[in-house]
Amino acid sequence: MTRARPLLRVEDGRLLAGRGRFVDDVDLPGQLWLRVIRSQVAHANLREVDTGAARASERVHAVVTAADLPEIDRIPVRVEVAGQPLDGYLQPVLARERVRYVGEPVAVVLAEDPYAAEDAAELVAIGYEELPAVLDLRAAERAAELEMGYGDVEAAFANAAHVTRAEFTIGRHSAVPLETRGLLAAPRDGRLEIWGTTKVPHFNRRVLASMLGIPVQQIRLHTADAGGGFGVRGEFYPEDYLVPWLAVRTDRPVKWIEDRSEHLVATNHSRHQIHAIEAAFDDRHRLLAIADEVWHDSGAYIRTHGVVVADLTLSMLPGPYRVPAYRGTAHVVLTARTPCGTYRGPGRYEGTFARERLLDLAADELGLDPLDLRRWNLLSPDELPLDRGLSAIGTTMTIDAGDVGGLLERTIAEAGFEAWRDESARLRARGRMVGTGAAVFMEKSGLGPLEHAGVDLLPSGEVRVTAGATSLGQGVETVLATLAAERLGLDAEDITVVLGDTDLVPEGVGSWASRSTVLAGNAVALAADRVAELAREAAAEALEVDPADLRMSDGRFEAAGSPERAVSLAELAGRSGGFSARETFEIDRMTYPYGVHLAHVEVDPDSGGVRILGYFIGYEVGRAVIPALVEGQLVGGAAQGIAGALMEEFRYTDDGQPLATTLADYLVPTAGEVPPIGVLISEDWPAESNALGVRGAGEGGATGCGAAIAAAVDDAIGRPGRIRALPILLPALREAVRERAT
Amino acid sequence: MTERHRVTLTVNGTEHVLEVEPRRTLVDVLRHDLGYTGTHVGCEQGVCGSCTVLLDGEPVRSCLLFGVQADGADVRTVEGLGDQEHLSPLQEIFSSSHALQCGFCTPGFLMLATAFLRDHPSPSDEEIREAMASNLCRCTGYQNILRAVRRAADAVADPAAGP
Repeated sequence: MTRARPLLRVEDGRLLAGRGRFVDDVDLPGQLWLRVIRSQVAHANLREVDTGAARASERVHAVVTAADLPEIDRIPVRVEVAGQPLDGYLQPVLARERVRYVGEPVAVVLAEDPYAAEDAAELVAIGYEELPAVLDLRAAERAAELEMGYGDVEAAFANAAHVTRAEFTIGRHSAVPLETRGLLAAPRDGRLEIWGTTKVPHFNRRVLASMLGIPVQQIRLHTADAGGGFGVRGEFYPEDYLVPWLAVRTDRPVKWIEDRSEHLVATNHSRHQIHAIEAAFDDRHRLLAIADEVWHDSGAYIRTHGVVVADLTLSMLPGPYRVPAYRGTAHVVLTARTPCGTYRGPGRYEGTFARERLLDLAADELGLDPLDLRRWNLLSPDELPLDRGLSAIGTTMTIDAGDVGGLLERTIAEAGFEAWRDESARLRARGRMVGTGAAVFMEKSGLGPLEHAGVDLLPSGEVRVTAGATSLGQGVETVLATLAAERLGLDAEDITVVLGDTDLVPEGVGSWASRSTVLAGNAVALAADRVAELAREAAAEALEVDPADLRMSDGRFEAAGSPERAVSLAELAGRSGGFSARETFEIDRMTYPYGVHLAHVEVDPDSGGVRILGYFIGYEVGRAVIPALVEGQLVGGAAQGIAGALMEEFRYTDDGQPLATTLADYLVPTAGEVPPIGVLISEDWPAESNALGVRGAGEGGATGCGAAIAAAVDDAIGRPGRIRALPILLPALREAVRERAT
Repeated sequence: MTERHRVTLTVNGTEHVLEVEPRRTLVDVLRHDLGYTGTHVGCEQGVCGSCTVLLDGEPVRSCLLFGVQADGADVRTVEGLGDQEHLSPLQEIFSSSHALQCGFCTPGFLMLATAFLRDHPSPSDEEIREAMASNLCRCTGYQNILRAVRRAADAVADPAAGP
């Protein structure tokens, strides 16, 4: 078996040449443009929606409100957890009697071009009877209550030598991919063709078929490039019904491209939580119990993620620590803000912030080095596998294997963290505000239950890989091509990868939850092994040698010892009509990677600005198929996580008006703000639950950022445990600095 | 608003004459009227820079210009740098540096870097960072983009170093 690690990603050629296949790159003859008219108020009864002027407007084809819709269900939950009844909170595709957040779709305009559509949209007059907008998480209606835990928490707290408790808040963030959402639907030859879907195309096709009342096979989804996903893209949103439905109704192609201001109020938000958390310690500073009460803001509706973010928050909260007793409760609440879903590291970014902050505060109260407190309480390798009796996304949670403490020490050494600490102490002695912080966390990846893949060695000699995964920019085509290529003695560049086209990939689950390399990767590896076996048998027959005596390299089989007796895969495929294998990789539980984030920062006492002097990530990935892509995931995730700690937040006025509706308000970092990020990729603990040994890498770059940055800022201003909310905003930090001065 | 003006645009060396509404943005003209879909629209607010093209050699946000303002101008887009089979040295270096993931912001960065490297043949790292801070990328965390521009600058200074 040869190694087929490509120097270049197979995606790069088309993307660099401006030949990507993004949804707005496709225009069809006769295409109508759709514009969504959205609520301008946070909570109101809808009076009349006057569409007369818009209908009469030039080049307008139709204006549609909820009254024009057929009888359809609300948008269903995709990720069901623990049988929570959520039907009463689901979002309709268009508001009928009530609007519940600024940005909620109320009507749509179809016009000959996007300019005319936007003109007409401004002519739609909506009568609102405004209602109070509830924004306070503690006062808000509860859509669901979650509770999980184990052990005798009450006894642990009653017998504790020390208890630390505090409240922590995580602000509203979102992924904000550079490409907004978009969709193009076109009736063609009795079918409905759609461009712009990704993430979970097969699930969404089933939802759409059911809402339209047509057979699933009648809908064809096309392959598309996606300008970043990070959790928000590819879920079923109201537009995912409206665009195809109107294409059917008008019998014309219909296109919708979300603009950036819409994106910031319409696409899922995430993260917003309050944690009231406490920990009990014995007299040797060992954790006895953790109890956490979480208020999780779901926004105005429950969308496709259901309560999964709250579920993951609770199940992952004890993380990589030895926690003998634990109780987590979560109130999933509804507020008059944009509805929420997942964003890179959902539940873990938030929970890691709360838990790690609590440990820093405890270390300060106990007069301990925060690293030592962690060292004494981290799970050791001989305690794994560990089943705490918790479940995550409906799967039994078994922490598989690893050495978190070992990774902590290696990361500290690799980063030169002790030198950061010494330098910080030296500079603080001279009056500068410089500090360091550490966060240790557990991730989850490889969510089942299954993924499908196929490998076809076609008679033409072309090798085609198909899989249920989708490309969101993460390089999954390169990963899958590599896994197939190294099993067929080829280069990754020789492989064609087809994802997301439902005619060529009839079934699939998709790309989310750091699952693509684990699930689709293993499925492709199985299928490629099978094709290699079939080809080997055919080669053995053709060359009249024993299959075991064949060597595979450079796309051909050679008889051992007599390389002149050889036959290429392409010849074999041409002779035999080709070889194909379809495989399904099934797995009933996730694999749990883990990592360490280290931060070194300086605070400007006058401005309250935070400058990052150093940042380092250690991450156990099991096996890295292509290390450069793992590094890219970790560094890119860290850029988002750091921005969530220091810059990004969706803020609202008291009556629910969003204050971040442009990229000048929602501050995505530039090259000027993201520091160099060091990375240690550890491959010491391959996952035992899959043959490749891989663990997911998509999210761990973000998970520890809030906790590590906050710890470093605390340390810099000499107020351990003072930073209790993200993002760390300038006024709050200035105030903290001033408090210390007095 | 259907009054139209005749404009002449030279895009990547090819002259185009077309009638456009005065309010139609240059990026819509390039993408939807002329088919240069390599130039992307990320915000229409002039913040993200995904729509960066060279207008008479200078990098501009093509979402903030009307097509009629570019009448008579020479426009260069990513399609003018090199095609899939023959990528330019800068495009090659972006790939070998892993300076792209989803690729949506990439054409904008390539055009920005093209003009920057022309005007700053031996830039400092700080100059590279400051220039590249004009555009947004949400995938890479920027380090590999900065590294790619550094390597491209070094390759021009010392062609033997290659991409």
